[in-house]
Amino acid sequence: MQTAVLDGGLVDPARDAAFAFRAALDALSRPGTIRQIDGAEAPAPCSPAAATMIVTLCDPTTPLYVAPSHDNEALREWITFQTGAPFAAAIDAVFAIGTWDALAPLGAYAGGTPAYPDRSATLIVEVPVLEAKGAVLAGPGIETKAQLNLPEVDAFQANRAQFPLGLDFFFTYGNRVAGLPRSTRVTEG
Amino acid sequence: MTDQAYNFAYLDEQTKRMIRRAILKGVAVPGYQVPFASREMPMPYGWGTGGVQVSAACLTPDDTLKVIDQGADDTTNAVSIRKFFEKTAEVAVTEKTSEASVIQTRHRIPEEPLTEDQILVYQVPIPEPLRFLEPSEVETRKMHSLEEYGLMYVKLYEDISRHGEIATAYAYPVKVEDRYVMDPSPIPKFDNPKMESAALQLFGAGREQRIYAVPPYTKVVSLDFEDHPFDPSKAPHPCALCGAEDSYLDEVITDDRGGRMFVCSDTDFCAGRRAAGFTGEMTNTRPAPVDTEAMA
Ligand SMILES: [Zn+2]
Repeated sequence: MQTAVLDGGLVDPARDAAFAFRAALDALSRPGTIRQIDGAEAPAPCSPAAATMIVTLCDPTTPLYVAPSHDNEALREWITFQTGAPFAAAIDAVFAIGTWDALAPLGAYAGGTPAYPDRSATLIVEVPVLEAKGAVLAGPGIETKAQLNLPEVDAFQANRAQFPLGLDFFFTYGNRVAGLPRSTRVTEG
Repeated sequence: MTDQAYNFAYLDEQTKRMIRRAILKGVAVPGYQVPFASREMPMPYGWGTGGVQVSAACLTPDDTLKVIDQGADDTTNAVSIRKFFEKTAEVAVTEKTSEASVIQTRHRIPEEPLTEDQILVYQVPIPEPLRFLEPSEVETRKMHSLEEYGLMYVKLYEDISRHGEIATAYAYPVKVEDRYVMDPSPIPKFDNPKMESAALQLFGAGREQRIYAVPPYTKVVSLDFEDHPFDPSKAPHPCALCGAEDSYLDEVITDDRGGRMFVCSDTDFCAGRRAAGFTGEMTNTRPAPVDTEAMA
């Protein structure tokens, strides 16, 4: 085991995770807003934001799918040591991590059941840039409209069409995060 | 790290992660009840263990917490929850609505409009609005999944034919974002319009092990009928202490000869108005409040 596996976890786990969760909660509650989230450092190519999301939300009860963009031994070992989350295929995953292209297609993930729409995957999507422009967002959490540079529009419209089933998304870049719940209506900007 | 005997915010990290995941799914599906594995808390169920667990999962040391019990900051329940988090989560505490970043509440929404920088956490006794119509959890889940809410409307309409109006005054059911019928907890129906808010609203039911959410600016509509629209009105009195015409009032006994008056249930709101110079017809009396609510 490389020493890097032991490094990069939260320094003060309970308090750091509390701050990280609030950033994630704020991001998902107000789609389009971009929040700072950091504290954890994982092996490349995982961003600090995605690493912090993983240590804050994942544990031995949450199967994790690592998409090909992020599937390397160093990152897997780090995730195992820091969280104990078991690795799983996309269909069994509670969380997934990767770039947009590597995570596709969205049909590979569980979108919940009519009785339990919460039994659905949350995708942590690493993006090359995160900014409040581009696709137009409306729905819960948004007073009038918001904008976010989503990787595409069609996939999120198809996801919204399944509501209350569907997937939920966090977009991560550097030490920043934005959220997009299934409830958001997305149109071209 | 300090060498205290309990974890930050009391709950262990795995429990907080589980609650945090449930909260995020609740936010993603507004009004839908997410099951969670409720933990024993160092207070009895009636004291709002669901709300306490949601607060524990949300609080950071940067927060300023307010706790109200039917509008009041100074009841035993409110004081002990505030002290609990002051000690375990290292938060600042306040009685002022405008100063709080997290407000845990039992059965009221503060009069002062909440902001985008605030989270309101409700203590919920019975999260399932269909439970009194259908005892089976399997059946109520099916009814929610099929949007089969006809029975709920039938019940409300029976009220109208029996009493001439919808008699439900507390826990008046709402429909969230045109999808899920939701129990707003036993707040007075007067508070229902305030649920369309800039603040995030989270609901925790400890005994029933459910968490649900209303994100900011989410559409929340009280169930009604075209010929009997929802009426959030309250007792037609001004507050006897601050003169407010637009706040929810509690009836309090003023003497042992049956004298009574109506005062704001939101103690911070009332105190703020009095500090600003507003007066009511009994501003100079100091009654002992009594709990006039039918439900505990
Ligand atoms: Zn008053």
